Amino acid sequence: MKNFARKFACAALLTGGLAAPAWAGAEPDYEQVHSGHYQAILGDCMGCHTAPGGKAFAGGAPLQTPFGPLVAPNITPDADSGIGNWSQEDFRRAVKQGIAPGGRRLYPAMPYPSYAKMSDQDVANLYAYMRSVEPVAGRAARGYGLRFPYNIRTLMAVWNWLYFKPAPFTPDGAKSAAWNRGAEIVTGPGHCGDCHTPKTFLGADTAAALTGASLQGWYAPDITANATRGVGGWSVAELVAYLKTGHNAHSMASGPMAEAIENSTARMTDGDLKAIAVYLKDVPASAAAAQSGAPANDPHRVAGGEIYRDNCAACHGAQGKGENAIFPPLTGNPILQQSSAETLARVVLAGTQAAQTDAAPTAAAMPSFAWRLSDEQIADVLTYVRGSWGGAAPVSAAAVEQVRRGLRRRD
Amino acid sequence: MAKLLPRKDVVIVGLGWTGSILAHELTDAGLDVVAIERGPWRDTATDFNIGYMPDELRYAIRRELFLQPAQEAITMRNDMTQTALPMRDYGSFLPGAGVGGAGVHWNGFTWRYFASDFVLKTHLTQRYGAKKFDGLTIQDWGVTWDEIEHCFDKFEYLAGTSGKAGVIKGVVQPGGNPFEGSRSREYPNPPLKQPYSSSLFAKAATEFGLHPFPSPAGNLSRPYVNTLGVAMGECTYCGYCERFGCANYSKSAPQTTILPVLIKKQNFSVRTECEVLKVNLHPDGKSAKSVTYIDTSGNEYEQPADLVILAGYGLMNVRMMLLSAIGKPYDPSTNQGVVGRNYCYQTGGGGASMIFDDKRFNSFMGAGALSTAAHDFNSDMDHSKLDFVGGCSIGSGESNGRPIQGRPTPPGTPRWGAQWKEATAKTYGHVMSIGGSGSSYAQRGNYLDLDPTYTDNFGRPLLRITFDFPDNDIRMQNWVGEQCVKIAKTLNPKILTAGKARKGWNSVTYQTTHNTGGAIMGADPKTSAVNRYLQNWDVSNVFVMGACAFPQNAAMNPTGTVAALAYWAADAITTRYLKNPGPLVPA
Repeated sequence: MKNFARKFACAALLTGGLAAPAWAGAEPDYEQVHSGHYQAILGDCMGCHTAPGGKAFAGGAPLQTPFGPLVAPNITPDADSGIGNWSQEDFRRAVKQGIAPGGRRLYPAMPYPSYAKMSDQDVANLYAYMRSVEPVAGRAARGYGLRFPYNIRTLMAVWNWLYFKPAPFTPDGAKSAAWNRGAEIVTGPGHCGDCHTPKTFLGADTAAALTGASLQGWYAPDITANATRGVGGWSVAELVAYLKTGHNAHSMASGPMAEAIENSTARMTDGDLKAIAVYLKDVPASAAAAQSGAPANDPHRVAGGEIYRDNCAACHGAQGKGENAIFPPLTGNPILQQSSAETLARVVLAGTQAAQTDAAPTAAAMPSFAWRLSDEQIADVLTYVRGSWGGAAPVSAAAVEQVRRGLRRRD
Repeated sequence: MAKLLPRKDVVIVGLGWTGSILAHELTDAGLDVVAIERGPWRDTATDFNIGYMPDELRYAIRRELFLQPAQEAITMRNDMTQTALPMRDYGSFLPGAGVGGAGVHWNGFTWRYFASDFVLKTHLTQRYGAKKFDGLTIQDWGVTWDEIEHCFDKFEYLAGTSGKAGVIKGVVQPGGNPFEGSRSREYPNPPLKQPYSSSLFAKAATEFGLHPFPSPAGNLSRPYVNTLGVAMGECTYCGYCERFGCANYSKSAPQTTILPVLIKKQNFSVRTECEVLKVNLHPDGKSAKSVTYIDTSGNEYEQPADLVILAGYGLMNVRMMLLSAIGKPYDPSTNQGVVGRNYCYQTGGGGASMIFDDKRFNSFMGAGALSTAAHDFNSDMDHSKLDFVGGCSIGSGESNGRPIQGRPTPPGTPRWGAQWKEATAKTYGHVMSIGGSGSSYAQRGNYLDLDPTYTDNFGRPLLRITFDFPDNDIRMQNWVGEQCVKIAKTLNPKILTAGKARKGWNSVTYQTTHNTGGAIMGADPKTSAVNRYLQNWDVSNVFVMGACAFPQNAAMNPTGTVAALAYWAADAITTRYLKNPGPLVPA
């Protein structure tokens, strides 16, 4: 890691005078760049600002928001296309207040409400690191565009007035150092709530922090201490394993979480991962309404059992136990117990691929069944697995159809 | 005019087992490696989707994953007096195509050849005198068991092989193959659960005085995380192995063992659907400078590299050498030259098929290498009272019982119609056979060269196979077949059919995709195309992988030995060649 950062620092020295006039003469401090690199990992800047297969930080793929598609811009130090002309203060205001140079308002898809909890020093370090990466000319592809009236950026001032309550992270003296570090990462740079906290109709966090939310065609699960739906039933070590490798004995990450693991959590220090786990296990358990699964003789569940044996059992096992490190278990998997079956329907329809990490490089994939199973068959098989191994509510064909339609729209 | 590309450290032609192994080892050594593969990229969930992979018509009959003759055909004849004709369809053997190569569609038998196989000429000469194999051009490999054992071990732990060791550090292990070379440790996974047919064979063979054991399988008996950290699934005994990609991540293949790690390396890249036309040599002919390849749009590129690894199917590697003037072509009339020499195949004629009234087999449950074998009649048996050398690994098991091809009928049944239907329904699940995989030894008239008449789409001559089974191999098969029949009789089948091996190799009926030789390894540059490290004697920056390096074929499936040789060559390149590029063995 140190060599890696040093290489970046050297690259900055070599290219600084040539490509980015704004930094001419600047002498990046190695420790600062190194620390800033870690802040970029904690904040998962890569996740949004790098397109699949694209150059690092040169702009992302369109992010599907409820208000329309948004593209994270080029944040390399290229003077024309990136942020090469930004001062440290410009950078701080953008990251922590959502205001770009010239007063342009950023949308909170850029998680400045969370980043506001980062210390100015951390943001300064991040700035030093971002100045050290390779400048890339060329703007990110535009993702036309947010719908009216959301496309009026100045309205964000109103949004900020309503929802944006910037406050530095304040440690809780009654809690352990690990808990406080975990809280700082989860609510600050890690911006876990961006996906896992339900939103108001204007896209701001509700008070039900980390209780699970739908976004981008996935359901980001409950990650409170709820014992069945959340991570309350996982040990600290199991949570750390999940964040480090992409899987543990209970579940396997896919979709946006797989990306977050690959770009961010798998690269965090073990100490920070443990801190996150300690904190999450202490987040008050969600008070989710009790669900009950379809009874064993329910015709949909019975039909679903047959479909399961023909299509799913070869990998996930007749008893839904999966296989360690390659096929996720279904028994006891919190994904089965969410109030929404959106993720389940999605992975059956579209397939999915596990995260690839140094510790678990397999990245096995589940194939798509959209061509083979009807909405009703998928609903039945999900009713079967949710009923058999989670006691979770049946799934309707209409719910599957909705997910199928959503996938078609995204094609 | 080919577009000249930036230089790479290494270009690998073909991304199957050996290409993947070399790419992984050489990228680990810090080299910048590009693999050029003429077929498509293939991955488990997208290309071996569990929803449609068990489609026998698509994959086994229409053979979607295989090389098609329209892309590259081969001409064949039985002897030098005949005029070779192109195979219009691949039948006798089925070369793979695409990323993963034959490692995608194989059954999974993961053998180590015997210690004696690597020094066969010396061994047979010492034991019986050279007259015993007069007329056969048997040679030593130039590498010994003790040198290469660690390479077998490395492959088995990568592939997750399921088996039972027979000899560990010189100590015979109960339940394993007592004739195998001494190995350093047990297999990484226990044997597959053996079916009824295997257990019947084991019992009968034991009573016959043989030493049965479960065949080592690349079908995994339990979930496994391999030496690169790649996780593999447990075999479900679905019986869709040979001719199919495994949908369950449970068959050893480049996709399930190496590629997930390799493809993420910054110093590795692969260009699929790009066909290498030729290896270009420097004017002195002593080193290669580049390869020329063509993409599907017909654009030609020249890829310079310091090191060229030929890692296609063995037959294709031989053709590439002949097309590129790497090594002197073999001429059987003078017995001079080396490229094309000692082409061999695999025998397996003989054997016994049984139909029972009173026994029921779950033929629909199987795995490619699910069988119990005995090596008592293998190439290291006592031939002193026999009129041949070589032998057969014999055994019985359930590899598959698929609906189209798995329809045994008693002899004399019509080939179609109501009677045929009735017979298939009645016979299914009541059949077992004892068969073998036998040695194939070289003789002077069996060889590979470029066809004088037929060319491919790019105007390059096709490869020509001139081959028939030597009389020695026919005698061997029929003798082993008789032993199989004797064993089968003790099981009291209702109908027993004995197979018989005959001369006259034909390319139509499927036999085995175990073509060996043509670019054989050895200690003498006059009789081998590559040295003991698979390095070409003349062009020292070209290494040639594959079963084409086998001087003759042993009585087992070749993949384990092909992979071990790949590790052996990779080791020589990384530990010796890179420090001092040039011939590793003085010519």
